[in-house]
Amino acid sequence: MRVLPVGDEALLVEVSSGEAAQALHAELLRRRAAGTLTVREIVPAARTVLLDGLRDPSGLADRLVTWKIPPVPPRAEDAIEIPVRYDGPDLPDVAALWGVPVEEVPRIHAAADFRVAFCGFAPGFGYLTGLPDRYDVPRRATPRTTVPAGSVALAGPYTGVYPRSSPGGWQLIGTTDSVLWDHARVPAALLTPGARVRFVPQEFVPQEFVPQESVPQEFLPQESVPQERP
Amino acid sequence: MSDRALAVVRAGALTTVQDLGRPGHAHLGVPRSGALDQPAAALVNRLVGNPPGAAVLETTLNGCALRPRSEVTVAVGGAPCPVAVDGRPAPWGVPVRIPADALLEVGAAVSGVRSYVAVSGGVTVEPVLGSRSTDLLSGLGPPPLTDGTVLPLGRPARPHARVDVVPQPRPPVELVLRVTLGPRADWFTPEAVAAFASRTFRVSSASNRIGLRTEGPALDRALSGELPSEGMVLGAVQVPPDGRPVVFLADHPTTGGYPVIAVVRAADLPAAAQAVPGTPVRFVAVRGR
Repeated sequence: MRVLPVGDEALLVEVSSGEAAQALHAELLRRRAAGTLTVREIVPAARTVLLDGLRDPSGLADRLVTWKIPPVPPRAEDAIEIPVRYDGPDLPDVAALWGVPVEEVPRIHAAADFRVAFCGFAPGFGYLTGLPDRYDVPRRATPRTTVPAGSVALAGPYTGVYPRSSPGGWQLIGTTDSVLWDHARVPAALLTPGARVRFVPQEFVPQEFVPQESVPQEFLPQESVPQERP
Repeated sequence: MSDRALAVVRAGALTTVQDLGRPGHAHLGVPRSGALDQPAAALVNRLVGNPPGAAVLETTLNGCALRPRSEVTVAVGGAPCPVAVDGRPAPWGVPVRIPADALLEVGAAVSGVRSYVAVSGGVTVEPVLGSRSTDLLSGLGPPPLTDGTVLPLGRPARPHARVDVVPQPRPPVELVLRVTLGPRADWFTPEAVAAFASRTFRVSSASNRIGLRTEGPALDRALSGELPSEGMVLGAVQVPPDGRPVVFLADHPTTGGYPVIAVVRAADLPAAAQAVPGTPVRFVAVRGR
């Protein structure tokens, strides 16, 4: 563990792995809830946790290095389920990078048990870990100018869901109707650091098995409807 | 709408609603936002009798024009500018009574960038996560004002201050920012760190509420490769691949992947908010407290 001062009232605590960062984050939350740590912001990230708004950062820095950090505690609560249509335009590229047939990508992705490592980029955007290392993928060489809201995407070791339409360079593998961020809702963010997440493939009815004439338009699979988003 | 309202006649280049911001949500990716020149916003609130957390208007370079639907007291501070009520000159930096339906004109800044307009009762748009501030990075809070916008006003809490003259700091002719080096100064060559702390940069016209961008010597990295995303603080001096330091202001992203060479003291950031493009900038390294 390395503790770096950040200005006059913050510390950046750097650890060796993403798992260690999640364990440190859980311990910091526990101490804040117990009333033994006073801090305005606890911001976990890939390999660090930032503590901002500290009265005595150097005193805490001295104590921090002596802490025994228990491993990430298993979460008692159920995983947040995010229904996904695995219909992203980058599925073939991801399948090629993984060395599996395209239809295997949803199975592998939905089988993983995810955890929100940290949030950033936009309100409600979580960086989720849980896929084995061999499924890391690079960002796209050329970022898209618009990624639709609800896009489920991969980059590096992370899975993310775009809370709103924005430019983005992640590999798009699917879409969800889950609302990731709604500031009128309490809590506004669906995903918060430390939360467990599972992606649930939505029922997919192959089109050749649907008697098209007899089925009203709204019952057709969503994949056939181009997504128009703001 | 009640008569406690303020009609926007001329929105200006960029006028936003600002208060103390929404700190405490960085772990969800929510910037703190809030007035860039907090002392100026606090002062105009005090002048009109508002509590410190009341929402004010923050203008950018060319002011705005407003028409209250009932009699209000206003105070304009921050960047000095001409003020007029129904075409007659009115004082800057002290409380001014505006009759119902009179036109308040906040002129272009004579110096500095951002003027602050407090109205008795405060602007009472719907808060988001406890703040009425417009956040230009993530789009939270009310959108920037447009001509014709009507803003609700609260009831005045206290009478306005009885003052004739109030001293306010002048916008900087040269911006001197005290910094504590780190947390990632070791990502730069010793020459780059020395240049950062000794050379003169200039405020870039690409600056905004997210960051004060600078032009000047490019700072070379000692380490190549990518820094994994990490938490960012207000005042962080981030150095993107072009080597030009950016000082993070209120709407800064909560995490970032470019190394932070130093952090500006909070007390020096209000002056950064008032530095016009072209202003010379010097970073002076001081010891952490």
